Formats: sequence, C-alpha cells, structure tokens
Amino acid sequence: MQSKDIKNMETAPMSRFQFVLNWRDYFVYIAFAIVLIFFAFTISGDGFFNPSNLFNIVRATTMISIMAVAMTFVISAGELDLSIGSTTAFSALISAMAMDAGYGMAVGVIAGLLAGLLIGAINGILVTKVGIPSFLVTLGMMQLLRGVDMWLTNTNPVVVKNESFNFWFGSGNLGSIPVLLLWSLVFLGAGHYALKHTPFGREVLATGGNRLAAEYSGVNTKRIKFYAFLLSGGAAAIAGMLYAGMMQSARYSFGQGDELSAIAAVILGGTSLFGGAGTIIGTMIGSLLIGTINNGLIIMGLSVSQQMIVSGAIIILAVAFGKKPSS
Amino acid sequence: MTIPHILEMENINKSFSRVPVLKNARFELRKGEVHALMGGNGAGKSTLMKILTGVYTKDSGTITLEGEKVEFLKPKDAERKGIAMIFQEFSLIPTLTVAENIFLKHEPRRGIPYTINGKEMVKRSQAILDELEVDIDPNVTVDSLSVGYWQMVEIAKALSKNARILVMDEPTASLSESETRSLFQLVGRLKQAGISIVYISHRMAEIFEICDRITVMKDGQNVLTEECSQISMDQVIESMLGKETASFEWKERQYELDQEPVVKVRNLAYGSRVRNVSFDLRPGEIVGLAGLMGSGRTEIAEAIFGMRKPEAGDILIQGKKIKDVRDAIRQGVALVPENRRKQGLILDHTVRSNIMLTNIYQLSKHLFVNDFAGTKMTNQFIDKLNIKTDGPEKIVKLLSGGNQQKIVLAKWLAKNPSLLILDEPTIGVDIGAKSEIVEIVRELADRGISVLVISSELQELLAIADRILVLFNGEIIKDIYRRDIQTEEVLHHAIQGY
Repeated sequence: MQSKDIKNMETAPMSRFQFVLNWRDYFVYIAFAIVLIFFAFTISGDGFFNPSNLFNIVRATTMISIMAVAMTFVISAGELDLSIGSTTAFSALISAMAMDAGYGMAVGVIAGLLAGLLIGAINGILVTKVGIPSFLVTLGMMQLLRGVDMWLTNTNPVVVKNESFNFWFGSGNLGSIPVLLLWSLVFLGAGHYALKHTPFGREVLATGGNRLAAEYSGVNTKRIKFYAFLLSGGAAAIAGMLYAGMMQSARYSFGQGDELSAIAAVILGGTSLFGGAGTIIGTMIGSLLIGTINNGLIIMGLSVSQQMIVSGAIIILAVAFGKKPSS
Repeated sequence: MTIPHILEMENINKSFSRVPVLKNARFELRKGEVHALMGGNGAGKSTLMKILTGVYTKDSGTITLEGEKVEFLKPKDAERKGIAMIFQEFSLIPTLTVAENIFLKHEPRRGIPYTINGKEMVKRSQAILDELEVDIDPNVTVDSLSVGYWQMVEIAKALSKNARILVMDEPTASLSESETRSLFQLVGRLKQAGISIVYISHRMAEIFEICDRITVMKDGQNVLTEECSQISMDQVIESMLGKETASFEWKERQYELDQEPVVKVRNLAYGSRVRNVSFDLRPGEIVGLAGLMGSGRTEIAEAIFGMRKPEAGDILIQGKKIKDVRDAIRQGVALVPENRRKQGLILDHTVRSNIMLTNIYQLSKHLFVNDFAGTKMTNQFIDKLNIKTDGPEKIVKLLSGGNQQKIVLAKWLAKNPSLLILDEPTIGVDIGAKSEIVEIVRELADRGISVLVISSELQELLAIADRILVLFNGEIIKDIYRRDIQTEEVLHHAIQGY
C-alpha cells in the first residue's frame, strides 16, 4: 500500500510535467498567432496586412532580430549582454566618421565592424579572465559606451553620403525585396546553423547547461563565452551600420533600449534565461512578435507612451505564460 | 547496567520505489553519550538519520524520545524536539556574522514588530560560545573563519535552539589535525553538558578515541551495538564485513608487467593534502586507490586529468607533461568524476547530446555536426552498456543513477581512452548496474586500457583491482598486488593507518 503510493507520487507529476513542457515549447508560436488574430479583427481594415506594411514590420524588426540571434548564443552560454544598444551607436558613428573622412565603403564597414568586435572582446575578457559577472560588466559598458557615443561627435549626427553603403546597409531594395530582409535571413540562417549544427553551438549549450560538467568534458568554457561576447559585439556592429544606412546618418542615440528588446525576443522564443537551451527559430518568432506588436499599436493610433506601456505589459505576460516550471 | 535511553528508534522500515533500504533498523542513544554509527555506503545509516531528523518519513516503526512517542513529518518537527543535524556540507550563510547565523530565523526580537534586537543576539551568541569555550567573535562574518570554526558555529546554532541530540556526519573529513583536536575537546564538553551525539564516521581511530558506544549497520539492519571498551577494532571490521555472499568475485587477470607505463606520477604534492605521491600505471592494469574521504584521492585523480595543476612534482602521460584538461584528453585520459550530477552530466540535455559532447569534433566534418553518426554512436552504447532509456533523445535527468553513470562511461569510452579514471563509480548505483560496471571495466582493461579506480567500498576494489595503492593522510603507505592481499580486513586496517 505504502510503496504503491510512493510510486504514484513519483510517476504522476512527471508525465504532467512533460506535457506542460511540450506545450510551453511552442508558446511563442501560440502567442504570435493570438496577436495576429487580434490585429486581424481590429486593424486589418487599416492596412495591417498590406504587403507594404508587412515589409515595414520586417524592416523595423531586422536590427532587433540580428542582435537577438547573437544574444541567443550569449544567453545559451549562461551570460547576458546589456551593452549591445550602445555598441550599435558606437559602430555606426565609427563607420560614418571613417566614410566622412573620405574613406570608401569597405574601410567604413571594416572600421565599424572592428569597433563592435573590440567592445565584445573587452566584455568577454572582463567576464572570463577577470571574473566579473556579465550583468555588471555589460551594464557598466552600456553606460560608458553611451557616454563615448555622445562625446565622439559632441552629440551631432554624422551624415552618410556614400550611396552604395546606404543601399546595402538599410535603404535599398533588390527588386521588391528590402535589403534589410536579406540581412535578417542571413543572420537567422547562419545563427540557426551555427547553434544547431556546429561544434561551437553544441559547446555553447553545454557551457550554459552545466559549466562544470562541460569543463570536465574538455570544453574550454571560457573561450566559448569569449566567442559568444565577440559574436554579440559583431552583431551589434552590423545592426548599428544598418541603422546608419537606413537613416543615412549615424547618431549617438541609436539602439537605445534595444538590449531589452533583444533579450525579450530571445526569452519569448523559448531560450532559457539560465542557459543550456536555446533556439534561433524561436528567437526569430520572438523578434517578429515584438515588431508586430509595436507596428500594430502604431496603426491602432496609440501614442508613444501608450505603446511602451502596452508592449511592456505584453512582454511580461508572455514570458510569465511561457515560463517553464522550475523542477 | 541500564542507563535510561533518551532516544529509542525501533523496527524502522523504509523503502524507496519498493527497494527496502531499512529493514527493522534499531538505534538507541543515552543521555550524554557519543554513539558511533558505522557501515558502508548504502548500509542505511544516513537514511536512518534522515528519518530521525525528519527529512524522510518512515514507512513503519516507532521513535521514542524520553519515553514519549514522537512522529516527525518534517525537519521542523524534529528541530522542535531538540534534534539537530550538523551538516557535512555546511549550511551557514558566509556573508552573515556568526551571531546572525546562530540565530537565523529565530532572532531575539524587540518590542517593535519586525525588528531584531542585535545587541541581545550578540550577547546570547557570546554566552553560547563561552559555554562551548570557543574563541570566536560573534560580530565577524562567517567567511572570515576557517572551516574548523564553521562547524563550531553550526553546533552553536543547534544549541541556540536547545538541541539535546546532535547528529554529526563525517565531521572531521575536511578538518586539519589541530582542528580535529579542538573539535574533540568540544565534543567532550558537550557530553559533560548532557548533550547526546550520534557520530557518523569511517575513521575507526577517532571513533575509539571519543565514542562510548558503537553501532554497525549493514544492508539496512543492525549487526552490532556494543560499548567501545568491550570491543576491538578487528571485531568491528569483522561485523561490517559479515558473512558476505560476495556479489563480485575477484578474477586474477594476466597482463604484461614490463610494458612502458601509460602514466608516471612523480612526487606529486598539494600542501598537506597530498604528499610526495609517486606511482606508475601500466597498460591493461586495473589499479585501485583506497583511502578515507579527505585522504587525497580526488586530488590525485584530478591532477592526472589536468584539472588541477600540481603544486610540486610531475605527471607524465605517454611520456609527456600535460598542460590542462584538453591536453590530457588528447593524450587519451578520461575521468568519470565523483559527482555525477554536478561534474559528469548536463542533466537537462539528452542522452545523445551528453554522449556526443566529448566527441563533438570527431563527429564533425567541415563545421557540421553529423547527428546521424551521433545517434548511431549513442544507440551503440545504449546496447553495449545496456543503458535503460526510452531512446537517445531521453532527458538524462529522468534516468536512474546507474543508467546515468553508464552514460558518463559511454561518453568517454566513445573516445577510446588509453587511461580511464573512475572516481567513486558506483555511488548511488543499484547492485545490478554495479556488477555490470565492474564487468565493463574488466573488459576495457583486457583490451589494454589502463584503469585507475577510486572507491570507498573496499570490497569493490578487491573484486576489481590488480594492484591497490593505499593512501593515508595524503601519502601512499602501501602499493600492493591484489593477489598478495588475503582478506578485506587487511585493507581495512591499512586505510585506517595502522
């Protein structure tokens, strides 16, 4: 009698747990569907589903989704990067200033990219070699770098006159397809492949899943984390240059708050905030969900303050529903 | 002589998933007595103590405390009755002061609600520490104290809740010689004050020094309770062994003795924990490393695996010095670590991804991980090691201890190591899986792999090893071939250091 009770106690919650787990794995898709249906009923008459508006959503989501792809690696490895928003502006300014000084597009792009990689490397070294928690390192870097961004040009924008840069980074269309959409697809495809099908991706997940066991399996967890930060800095640099190309100028204020949107997209997508489990497809849907909500709220005619309140609340609700029960 | 018992536990039964762990177990304790509780891993002593402290509930049996029948459904119940466990892994909060730790969750209050009377707390802490004759300032934070003092703070904490029975689990395992001395003096004072102590330990010399009585458990039952003055160490060892129907028998194995060693350890040292350790491991040889907890076993294993840099001495693998873990792995070293759940596995990942992790580069071509090959490899090992799982995609957390351990083995065997180190490979593994693991290890050695096994279960070492190194206080005091060991007693004596 007694042992039977114990057996039931052990098995019953387990199967229920698994069911809940499966259901929550697909939560972001359900949330995305609900949001689409909601907007279909309320604002489809206002052109929400027009191709041009759908491209608008993609365009507005590209930078977030590129940063979110890299953030998926950082979070899967058990870390966090809050400095990406400031890095976008930093890279955009460096790149624009190089072109403003008379250099061509290639030099401008390389300069911007190196600027982002440098920030990622500094973050990575501070976290892995000095041993400061990434939350604090990147929080400090976020503030510090925003100050640098303002100081670089004394808060003045830098106009980008390089036509081909503006075409390839942000403003151009190939046929009827925005270049920004291509950037998103490249990052999502490469990110998905790298996380799911390369040794690096597996080692990232192992590092975040159980750092000690990964280390005992021969994974160089410090190097893995360093690379994750490097990737994050590089992705932020690309995002920053896309902002510059789209606006045809670089400003110190680029990317403010983007770190939070990117983290929200990653977590909405089903990546564990504690590391060890991540999916790029989920991150893509998470980014689209955030972009769609923002776009829909604009079409509904909400003011900026109202938009912030509603989208913040939706993110909290979505994460609360999608949260995996701790075991 | 009949001294009344403060505690009597009678006919205690407990099963986990239908496997009986305690069978009519008994335990009794007198007022002011230090009572040793001994037995091998899985003998049931920690389960019995967890029932006493309310961590587990018994299936049947009675607990009588000072003539009154008691039922403990949760740890709080036992605590209220004055029973406290002094934890092996300390349960103090390092950043709080000694006084704050002692009175955690039952701080003296002021008249105003929700406020703590700090002065009173320090005063009362000081009083307890004075009574124990422990020289600690109650105002310092716990992390500024050495490990030896942590345990004393734990004891003070228990006394602040008016504990009358203390359960101490391997209290000297992480203490230095002088810290052990002061702990024993403290135990003496506690006895004087009428506190009863259950003393769980494997160290017989200590037990005979400070305990009044000794109870030995084996397979969930009591096999002996006796006054320490009436019994010899040999008798205790004999009762722990019992008339063992040897579950694994030793088989003499043949291997070349004059081959070049796979590993040479020379004068390895880590402070006072490992001293001047030297030995060789030959291909195809199974070497057992015997010794008590804290005798330096794990340090040696981790040194060979490249996890710890030697403070002094050299480790040569295939003639080469190693720099770090990855270097050691490249030279063919594999380690099945002591703590399976923390060091061995990524519990939330699948069987397949755990096994693939150590082999991820062999399974990849042009930066592409071949998951088909990974699944094939996993299925191969599921078959070969008889791993009971629904399939390669099962989450490792949901498997039993024995099957988890086989997965840790599999992830290393897939790399074809030339040296396999097993640190306590059968802890928390059921008997069936245990003998399977023993068989696997023999088979590996027959294929020429050199194996180093660390185990607290001497019976297991005797069954499997060709040669045994005995560690005591960080030194190898015996290096002996299995065939020259006549009985388990000999080995028991050796690890106790005489």
